[in-house]
Formats: sequence, structure tokens, C-alpha cells
Amino acid sequence: MSERNDISCACGAGAPKADKNGAGLGRILLLQVLAVAAWYVLYLQLLPFANWFAYGLLGLDPASHFGAAVQFFVYDTPKVLMLLLLVVYGVGILRSFVTVNWTRSFLAGKRESAGNVMAALLGVVTPFCSCSAVPLFIGFMTAGIPLGVTFSFLIAAPMVNEIALVLLYGLLGWKIAALYFATGITIAVVAGWVMGRMRLEPYVEDWVREIRAGEAADEPRMTWKARFAYALDSVRDIVGRVWKFVVLGIAAGAAIHGYVPEGQLAVIMGGDAWWSVPLSVLLGIPMYTNAAGVIPVVEALLGKGAALGTTLAFMMSVIALSFPEMVILRKVLKPRLIAAFILVVGCGILLVGYLFNAVI
Amino acid sequence: MKILVMGPGCPKCEQTEKTVRDAVAEAGIAADIEKVKDFQEIAKYGIFSTPAVVIDGEVKVVGRAPSKKDVLDWLK
Repeated sequence: MSERNDISCACGAGAPKADKNGAGLGRILLLQVLAVAAWYVLYLQLLPFANWFAYGLLGLDPASHFGAAVQFFVYDTPKVLMLLLLVVYGVGILRSFVTVNWTRSFLAGKRESAGNVMAALLGVVTPFCSCSAVPLFIGFMTAGIPLGVTFSFLIAAPMVNEIALVLLYGLLGWKIAALYFATGITIAVVAGWVMGRMRLEPYVEDWVREIRAGEAADEPRMTWKARFAYALDSVRDIVGRVWKFVVLGIAAGAAIHGYVPEGQLAVIMGGDAWWSVPLSVLLGIPMYTNAAGVIPVVEALLGKGAALGTTLAFMMSVIALSFPEMVILRKVLKPRLIAAFILVVGCGILLVGYLFNAVI
Repeated sequence: MKILVMGPGCPKCEQTEKTVRDAVAEAGIAADIEKVKDFQEIAKYGIFSTPAVVIDGEVKVVGRAPSKKDVLDWLK
């Protein structure tokens, strides 16, 4: 998608001010191409470098616990941070297009079913912080977007995010990352659809339904320069905030990788105990952290022998059913609707947990 | 000049208010800066994502914290 937009930019946004901005924009684009090329070359060097550093320079034994742990840390830390830089920048550019107001007008008039799917997918890329949940909810309601479609968005937005995807891909491989993406979207779509069928509209607070909001505000169009600046800013903001968790998580991962005997957690969080999935969901709800904080924990749990379904269920309940978000949503939703929300999403997560424990 | 900073009070909204105040001080303009926390009021402007800045009734930014340079440009 970004490629197509790159082409349209050359003839569209740049045209009116070609003389003034054209040269600057061309230079920025060239710099970006060079930066991506440098990124790629550097990325290819990470594994040889880690091997050389651990086994050559430090002279560690590849078969030893310590050697394996050091090599893992030296390889994975720059790998995950580099992936984060690239993905957050790319998503930043995408986000400068997919604003909440744009999403609102795009989803207005969409029917359920297809609407649920589109809302869940847009939830992944739309910029949205938990304190925006209330204005966003009002925005969707006043645009006549069905309640179930709104919930598909509200569930997918925190549950499936780019940082979690990069961390899962970097630490646990693409299969688990893809699994997380697919199940997260599925839960958001199905839970939203079920809530739509439950006819819960009377349980939206009365004042919300009485609001007559104006048309979505016309924001001034961003120039391409502004979009790049916005993406760079989100890299600074997001990577600046999460890098500590990433390094800590990988250090923990390296230690587990090298030392902890497998199977320790298998008794409590293994696939055999039927109660382990509901228990991890119940434990996850009151916890509040973001994806960057929970994924190192996930890696540690998996490394110690917890079953994949149980661990995914724990992770999803931590990110998707956080208590503070319920408190924020209480301003616009009556308790029964919040209860229905927790129940439907909780059931979805339970199903995912059992499904993966059964299959893998 | 009347400037409204819309936001319920999250860190980004606080940051936006500070940026706007700094920019106004730097530009040396007399402006009336008001923080709007009421969701109903915010929705009336067609704003469904915070922080947002409205200057003399015109929506300047929605859903992200502007830089000081952005604000200085709007003040011109």
C-alpha cells in the first residue's frame, strides 16, 4: 500500500509546490532509499557478527550454556530493535493517512459482517491511545456505525499491534507471529459480530446517544514532508519508550535459552490441565501493561514449558481486557454492556487457548 | 485569538498544551488558551481523537501532539 502511495505522491501532493518543495522531497526520498539499503546490509551482518563476537572474539564454546546465551543476546537485541525501527516508521507513514476521522467516515454506512472485518483490520493501524477510547466511541456512534462494528475496532486496536508482532516475530518466529495476528483479528471480528447480535444499544449511556456531533473535522492535508516527520516522530516516541523492555526481555530470554531447564511450568500452564486456560485469562485481566511489557514474559513462560494456547490466552487477556480501559469506557457504557464485552471477548480468548493447546 | 486544546488529560494532551503555551509565548501574541476536557464539547467540533488543537474555530490538528514549529506556523 505504501508503495502505491509513493507513486501518487510524486504527481499529487508534490505538484502544487514543485519548485519550493520538490527538491527537498526528492532529497528526503533519496535519503530514505539509502537508509533502507544500509539497514538491509547491516541486518545481514547481524548473525555473522554475533557468531564472531561470542565464539571468535570472546572465544566462548558454541556448545556451552554461556556461549549460547551470549550469542543469542548479541544477535537478538539489534535484530529486534532494527525490525522495530523499520516497522514503526512504516506504520507511522500509514497512520498519517488512516486517522481516526478518516476511519470513522470510511466505516460509516458499512454493514455488519464486512464492517466487522474492516473495523478489526483498521484497528491495527489507526493511531489510538486508550485515553482516546471515549471520543472515538462517540465518533463511531454519531456516524451511525453499528455497535458491533465499533467493538470489533475497540478489541483489535489494543490486541493486535505492530510492536507485539515484531517482538513475536523476532523472539519466537514468524509462525507464532502470524498465529497471533490471525487469532487476534478473528476474535475481534467474531466478538464484535456476536455483540452486534445481542442488541446492546440501550446499554450505551443516554447522553452519548443524545449528542449531535458535527461533521468530522476537516484537517488540513499533510504534506509528504510532514508525513515523514510524523513517522520519524513516532519512531522516536515508541522505540524510545519500549527499547528498555525489549533489551530486558531479550536478556531474560537469553538466560532462559542458556540455563533454565525446560518443563518447569508444564505442571501449571501445560496443555494437560483443563483449568490452566481460564486461570491464565483470570490472572491476565487485572494486569495492565502494553505489548512490549508482556511479550518478554510470554517468551519466558514458553521457554519454561508452558503450553502455547495457555500462554497466548494469558497474553491476549492482558492486552485486550485491561481493567483501566474498562474504567475509561464506563463513561460511555452502562455496566451491563461492559459485562457483555468482557464475557464475549473472554470466551473468544478461552476458545483460542483451548484450540491451540489441542492442535499444537 | 482563541486557542482550544482538546483532551481529557492524557500525557500527550498535557504535552500539547505546554507546546501551545510555549509557542504563544515565543511568538509574543496575546492569545486566550483554553483546555477542553468535556467529551460532548470536543465532539461538537467533529473531533473524535485527542489531543486536538482548534484556533479561532478552525481545527488545526487531530490525534497527535503538534511540534512547536507547527504551532508557530499556525499562529502566523
